[in-house]
Amino acid sequence: MSVKQLSVFMENKPGRLNKLTTALGKEGIDLVTLSIADTKDYGIVRFIARDNQKAYDVLKREGFAIERTELIGIEVPDQPNALADVIGLLEAADINIEYLYSFVVTAIDTAKILFKVSDTAAALELLQNKGIKLLDEKIL
Amino acid sequence: MNEIKDYFFSPKYECMDRAEREKLQGERLVELVKRVYENVPVYRAKMDAAGLKPEDVHGLEDLKKLPFTTKQDLRNNYPFGMLCDKKEDIVRLHASSGTTGKLTVVGYSQHDLDIWQECICRALAMAGVTQKDTVHVSYGYGLFTGGLGLHDGATKMGCTVVPASSGNTKRQLTLLKDFGADVIACTPSYAIYLATELENNGMKKEDLNLRVGIFGAEPWSDQMREEIERDLGITAFDIYGLSEISGPGVAMECKYKHGSHVQEDFFYPEIIDPVTLEPLPYGETGELVFTTLTKTGQPLIRYRTRDITSLNIDKCPCGRTTVRMNKVLGRDDDMLIIRGVNVFPSQIETAIMNVSGVAPHYMIYVDRVDNLDVMEIQIEVNEQTTADTVGKMEELRKKIASEIQSYLGVSAKIKLVEPNTIPRSEGKAVRVVDKRKI
Repeated sequence: MSVKQLSVFMENKPGRLNKLTTALGKEGIDLVTLSIADTKDYGIVRFIARDNQKAYDVLKREGFAIERTELIGIEVPDQPNALADVIGLLEAADINIEYLYSFVVTAIDTAKILFKVSDTAAALELLQNKGIKLLDEKIL
Repeated sequence: MNEIKDYFFSPKYECMDRAEREKLQGERLVELVKRVYENVPVYRAKMDAAGLKPEDVHGLEDLKKLPFTTKQDLRNNYPFGMLCDKKEDIVRLHASSGTTGKLTVVGYSQHDLDIWQECICRALAMAGVTQKDTVHVSYGYGLFTGGLGLHDGATKMGCTVVPASSGNTKRQLTLLKDFGADVIACTPSYAIYLATELENNGMKKEDLNLRVGIFGAEPWSDQMREEIERDLGITAFDIYGLSEISGPGVAMECKYKHGSHVQEDFFYPEIIDPVTLEPLPYGETGELVFTTLTKTGQPLIRYRTRDITSLNIDKCPCGRTTVRMNKVLGRDDDMLIIRGVNVFPSQIETAIMNVSGVAPHYMIYVDRVDNLDVMEIQIEVNEQTTADTVGKMEELRKKIASEIQSYLGVSAKIKLVEPNTIPRSEGKAVRVVDKRKI
């Protein structure tokens, strides 16, 4: 039930992100999520593509330093406390959240959240048992 | 890993009793000194200045009286001032490019080419290569000694030689595959490049028939060897040489890989203290010096190689009695002095590999800011070292920085850069850019 995210190492220089998006666009690959963790010298571009395997193959061929990471995706009602409840569950089980990001698809009353946690298997089992709606790559 | 079936090409000389060899070396030295005194004005002047006549040299024990030869001597006497044979007896010219100044030219007589080929044959036999094998030579052909040296030696042995020369990696891979080469000879950094290009060209190491690699012309680390052996599925040997003495084959590793056997019946090695110029005993580290005992075209006496290493006369399990030189720590002139600490690029490479476990592409930039030396090392991130969080990348960066600090005793700024941003070399790798104005 986990979601695969791709991470690309990139120097913090003009034109770098464009190189990546152009490489994907040329092959007709659609991005579903995109976020960047940055430092002064470099950044890590994290994203999920509609066709992740193809995106991985294309970028590898183009010589990008790329890694795959397993995330947990959940869908919660778009209302106060909905996310807090889930975070509370993870915290109570002593599972650390390394990072997360959300994306809201317009005209739908739920929010989709992606988590990178310290123990993916345990978190998945926990959230499933608690009846949290989990996303897989197709739902994205 | 395949088993290496090595053999002696010239057992009489390779396994000679040490005392007997020293006698032979002494006799050859006496002849050499006479020859250069009579025919090379530079040596006559050097010996006259030292108050030495050829009659004063009776054997090896007198070697230390003789003057040194430096690269500068070769440059000052460019192009033919150091020849001993007549120009018409020179059958080959090789030259190496210096980073500054003139080319260093070396003239070979037919006799010199013959002993060079003999050395390559001994080296190939040490690696278990026979005349049944196909040898793919990816050293550059031309003035550089690597290509033609391996080419002539392997031809003399009777191998099938593929004179691929350097460049056009895609074609090299096709030739390696289609011709089924058993042996490849190139620089170690090019071997690593070939291994990475295998995958990019849709090939696997199993598509190749390679068994042995003969790598030289630049210092390399044990980790690089492990990586090459693993990624190409071969046994990798270090071959040593320098154009001034005889190109590759001056020394070669046997399968025990514990130093390279010097072909000392032709090339007599000494280790000296590079500051006091006094000879050092076996086992001590210093500058390697060679005397070409039998050459006739352009023989050299006590030539200072600038290579820093040590010599080992312990008995080798392979049965050869020749002295072994340990891995070259770096060329004296590749050596960087950073805030007073001697640093060799090979040590930096080892430190990086200790952390990341792979041979990365890297470049060392040295500069002087406010009278202080600063070193920045750019390292390419690759498939193995990239991660999804800044935390993990920073951890890698800090680990490399602290490994370098503890390994070399000098700090460096580590900068992670994208793949394929550091220029690739197909000859000698350029690892250092020194921007200091001193």
